[in-house]
Amino acid sequence: MSGTFTKSMARNIFYGGAVFFFLLFVALTFDTTRALPERDNRAAITPVVALGKRIWEENDCIGCHTLLGEGAYFAPELGNVYTRFGNSKEAIMAFIKSRPEQGIPGRRSMPQFHFTDEELNALAEFLKYSSEINTSGWPPNIQG
Amino acid sequence: MQYQSQAVARPYFIAAIVLFVAQILFGLVMGLQYVWGDFLFPEIPFNVARMVHTNALIVWLLFGFMGASYYLVPEEAETELHAPWLARLMFWVFLVAAGLTVAGYLLVPYATLAKLTLNDLMPTMGREFLEQPTITKIGIVIVALAFLFNIGMTVLKGRKTVVNLVLLLGLAGLAVLFLFAFYVPDNLVLDKYYWWWVVHLWVEGVWELILGAILAFVLIKITGVDREVIEKWLYVIIAMTLITGIIGTGHHYYWIGTPKYWQWWGSVFSALEPIPFFMMTVYAFNMVNRRRRNHPNKAATLWALGTAVMAFLGAGVWGFLHTLAPINYYTHGSQITAAHGHMAFYGAYVMIVLTIISYAMPMLRGRNAANSNRSQVLEMWSFWLMTVSMVFITLFLTGAGILQAYLQRVSATPQPFMAVQEQITLFYWLREAAGVVFLIGLVVYIASFFVGSRDAEAVPEVTG
Repeated sequence: MSGTFTKSMARNIFYGGAVFFFLLFVALTFDTTRALPERDNRAAITPVVALGKRIWEENDCIGCHTLLGEGAYFAPELGNVYTRFGNSKEAIMAFIKSRPEQGIPGRRSMPQFHFTDEELNALAEFLKYSSEINTSGWPPNIQG
Repeated sequence: MQYQSQAVARPYFIAAIVLFVAQILFGLVMGLQYVWGDFLFPEIPFNVARMVHTNALIVWLLFGFMGASYYLVPEEAETELHAPWLARLMFWVFLVAAGLTVAGYLLVPYATLAKLTLNDLMPTMGREFLEQPTITKIGIVIVALAFLFNIGMTVLKGRKTVVNLVLLLGLAGLAVLFLFAFYVPDNLVLDKYYWWWVVHLWVEGVWELILGAILAFVLIKITGVDREVIEKWLYVIIAMTLITGIIGTGHHYYWIGTPKYWQWWGSVFSALEPIPFFMMTVYAFNMVNRRRRNHPNKAATLWALGTAVMAFLGAGVWGFLHTLAPINYYTHGSQITAAHGHMAFYGAYVMIVLTIISYAMPMLRGRNAANSNRSQVLEMWSFWLMTVSMVFITLFLTGAGILQAYLQRVSATPQPFMAVQEQITLFYWLREAAGVVFLIGLVVYIASFFVGSRDAEAVPEVTG
């Protein structure tokens, strides 16, 4: 770090490198945006799915679960819960509905959220939509 | 302290430490919930404890960055802060906003908080780390803008050093990228894609500029090494940070619906991400070894070296551990991620804030350069207690993660999530025990502000 390598050379590498790689990132983002419609299952995003996503957010489900591997690691992955529950929306709805108010002694339990049937259906639709996103084969198996 | 207005940093540092305590207490609650599932249920469900744990961390680090800026920018610029009153006002705005938000998390169900804060008007809630009500987010933007204005004006009117410039760039990037927190599309893939523009480009991008600038400032002060040398290193390190880290965002784009080519971009560039952290370690030790003065604040020197080493281990090594796509396929969203997150945040960001607090606080409290020997010894004890226990937290979570990935994803007979969790309980108990040691370290840290505060100041050793 001495001799011919000067501070202004270091500064130029910083600015040049930062700008170049940021532009490359923007270019890749453009390409990704172009490629996404074939992978992100956007055709399935109905108003019901959008409502389901809102319910997902407004109850902070990500605070315990992962969705496509992102979130908290306290409770099971839900990106593929639809398939894990036998491609059944009803099974998902029944599970959420049946959580005991006071939890399960000594064990982790999902809270009882008192969702209406419409909300339950929207959540299940959202999870079904999520399960049909092309995730390059992740998770490795049905257990998530 | 050379400029009176540097004193505005003090309440920022105190608030940071108070929130640090809250963060650790809720961390212990979560750790207990991992092994004792219904602990505090349904009063404080896991997700609520987690929001307090992670948001308190983010907010106290922001308090720390702001305090650091208010302390070092006037000294670097060789002028008083542009508007000390604005800094004091924004302190209270930020503190009240943070307090109300945490109270909201704890007192009402999250869905009720969403309703009370009119989330429907502009929905931004319920995404990891960005759980704050929209109104809080708007408050953060206002505080950030006022802060940037204040710091920017100070830099403009004074001496323009590389430390100040890099710090300002990092802070401006922090504020601009936070705006992506307001973009929440219905499309889950797009949502996740731009969510990382806040989260990744913060912690593996612009925050590293802030880290680099603060570390450079402290190294200049405690070693007396020529500024030119340190600034050159700083440029090279942050150049490598952005060259590797921007495209390195791709390591989050493997399995969320984005094109497959990200597996290549992400793997190659994020495999290079340890380089700037390694350089930072080499540089910190080099500068301390080549020191031209013996600064009496040995604790600050210890933190400065510690942050370089632990950032390299936590962000560099533990990041590399699971960043290659074929490995990440099995470790994505497991306890391995948690292990990395803990050591990286502690090493890179907790420790840099504690470094600047350690360096600045004695002056802010009226000392000439350093605390008494007694308080420094205590502070160094807290350094080792917290750092070693964090190493163990990371190791135990890594053990849990390896078992989890194997039992749930690699084995010929993959088992369900909860079945696996029950089999790795031992590691969670060990992690909780290490967490208790961390808390003891934190108590010792706080004690170091009070013990020996009336003793005479430490004096530098004379070298022959």
